[in-house]
Amino acid sequence: MAALGEHTINYDARGLAEPLADIPRVSELDGETAVFDARDLTTRQINLELRWLLYEQGVKDVTVRNPGAKHSLGVGILTRCRITFEGSLGYFGCGLIDGPEIHVQGRVGWSACENMMSGVVVIDGNAGSLTGAAFRGGDLIVKGRVGARTGIDQKGGTIIVLGSAGLMNGFMMQRGRQIICGDVGNGLGDSMYDGTIYVGGKVRSLGVDCIPGEWTDADTEFVERKFRIHGLGATPELQKFVCGKRLYNYDNLEPSERKLVL
Amino acid sequence: MCGIAGIIYRDGAQPHAIGTDMTRMLQSMKHRGPDSTGYALYGKPSNLVVMRYKLADANTPRDFEFSDRLQRNRAEVERRLASIGARVQEFEEETEYAFRVTLEYEGDLKELADYVEDVPDCEVLSLGNSLEIVKDLGDAETVCDGYRLDAFTGTHAIGHVRMATESDVDISGAHPYWAYPFPDVAVVHNGQLTNYFHWKRRLERSGHRFQSECDSEIIAVYLAEKMGEGATLEDAMRESLEELDGVFTYICVTKDALGVAKDEMAAKPLVLYEADDIVALASEEIAIRAIIDHEIDTYDPYEGEVMVWQR
Repeated sequence: MAALGEHTINYDARGLAEPLADIPRVSELDGETAVFDARDLTTRQINLELRWLLYEQGVKDVTVRNPGAKHSLGVGILTRCRITFEGSLGYFGCGLIDGPEIHVQGRVGWSACENMMSGVVVIDGNAGSLTGAAFRGGDLIVKGRVGARTGIDQKGGTIIVLGSAGLMNGFMMQRGRQIICGDVGNGLGDSMYDGTIYVGGKVRSLGVDCIPGEWTDADTEFVERKFRIHGLGATPELQKFVCGKRLYNYDNLEPSERKLVL
Repeated sequence: MCGIAGIIYRDGAQPHAIGTDMTRMLQSMKHRGPDSTGYALYGKPSNLVVMRYKLADANTPRDFEFSDRLQRNRAEVERRLASIGARVQEFEEETEYAFRVTLEYEGDLKELADYVEDVPDCEVLSLGNSLEIVKDLGDAETVCDGYRLDAFTGTHAIGHVRMATESDVDISGAHPYWAYPFPDVAVVHNGQLTNYFHWKRRLERSGHRFQSECDSEIIAVYLAEKMGEGATLEDAMRESLEELDGVFTYICVTKDALGVAKDEMAAKPLVLYEADDIVALASEEIAIRAIIDHEIDTYDPYEGEVMVWQR
C-alpha cells in the first residue's frame, strides 16, 4: 500500500494518534509573524507548534497552510494573537480559546469554537452542527451556513451566521446573542433561559418557550454595531426571539418539594 | 461511533480505482471505528452473478476440526451451486474463509442465497450483477491488503469503519449489509435504531432472514422490502425517516444510484462534497480530503434530508 502511505498517521496501542509528539519547529519566523505548512504534521504536532510560537517565540501572527480538515486544531490558545488557517478545519476546531483572533479560510466541522471565552473567529465557509456550543464570550462569524444546535448552552458572546441554520438553534441558551441572516429549522430557541436570537429568514418552528420579542433601539444599535465592526455590509431585516419565561417555575415548585424533603 | 463513507463517479460508466479511494477514505477515519472495516463496491455490470460468502470468521476458534469443517462446508457449497444449476465461471479464495464466485445463473437469486446459506456457518455477504461486499476485522489497509482491493475498479462504493456498541465484533456484525434478497443493494449506517425488535419481527414474518443481531441490518432489509413492493430508492428512504426510530445517518447504494438519509434530529454527522464528476460523502471531511487534493467546498446536509445521485 505504498500509494496510501504518503500521509499515514501512526497510532499507538490505545488508538491515539502520536500522543508523545515533539514540537516540529518547522515555521518560517519573521519577527512577530510566522508561517508553517501543516500538511505532513499530525494534530498534536500542529498544536504544539502553535503553542511554541505563541508562548515561547513571542509571535503574534501565525499562518497555518494546508490544515486539511484535521480535527482539534487551534484549541486552548489563551493569549491575544492572530491565527489564519488557509483551508478547512475538522471537528472541535478553535475550541476553549481565550483571546485570539482567528480567520478560517475554509469551513469547519462539528463543535467549532466550543466554550470560547473571548476573541474573534471568522469562518469563510460553512460550519457543522454544535457550532459555538457553551459559547461564553467573543464574536463568532460564520459566512456560510451552520448545522443543527448552533450555540447550544450559549452563555454569552455573539454568534453571527450569514447563511441558514439547522434545527434547535440556541437550545438551552442562557445568555448572549445570535444573529442568523438566513432561514432556521425546527425548534428555534428550544428551552432557552435567556438571551436573544435574531433571524433574517423564515423560521420553520419555534421551540418550547421561545417567543417573538419586542424590537427596541438597543437591538438596532447592537446589530448595526456588530455588522459595522466586522464589515459584513448592510444589516438585513431581522426578527427578534426571546425566552417566554413560561418555564420559569422553580419558585412555584419549591414549597411542595420542600414538603417532600421535610 | 462508526464512520461511513460513499463515493460515486458521474462521468458515465468509466471505471475508477474505487478500491483505493475507499481505502484512503476509511483509513483516515480509523479513529471512528477500529474494530472492523467493510466495503460495498460496484464493478463493471455483467450478465454474470457475483456472489461473495464466508464460511468462518477471523476470530472463530481454530479448534481441532476447524479445517476439516471448513473443507466440508466449502465442498458442500460448490455441490449445491452445481445442483441448483449455477455454472461457476470463476472461483476465488480471498482468504482462508471468504470466497468470491462468479456464476452463470438465470434462476431466482433468493432461492440461490437460501440454498447456499443452508450450509452450516455459511453467510452470503453479497449477491448481484455488480455489487461486491467485502468486510472483515481490522482497519481499512488490513482489509484492503487481505482482499487485494487496491486493484478493484468501478463506478461507486460505500464503506464503513465500525466501533461495535450493540452486537458482536465479527463479519456478520460488520457493515455494509446486503439487502437480502434484493440483488445489488447495500447499506452502511452510523447510529442506533430503537425500534429494532419491532421491525425485525415484522420483517421476519414476511420471510426475510437476519444473519446478525446488529440493528443496522434492519435498514437494508427494510429498504429491500419497500423496493420489492415497487417503491423507488428515494421513496423507500423517505418512508424510512418516518418508520425507523433512533438516530441515524445511512447510505444506501444500488447498481446505478447512491442515496443518503439523515434522521429528524441530525444527531449523526455527514459531510458532503458535490462536483460535476464526483460526489463524495463521509462522517468527517478528513475522509473526503484523503481522495481530493485541491481545496474544496463542503457542507453538512440538514435533518430529515434524503438525497440520491445517479451514476
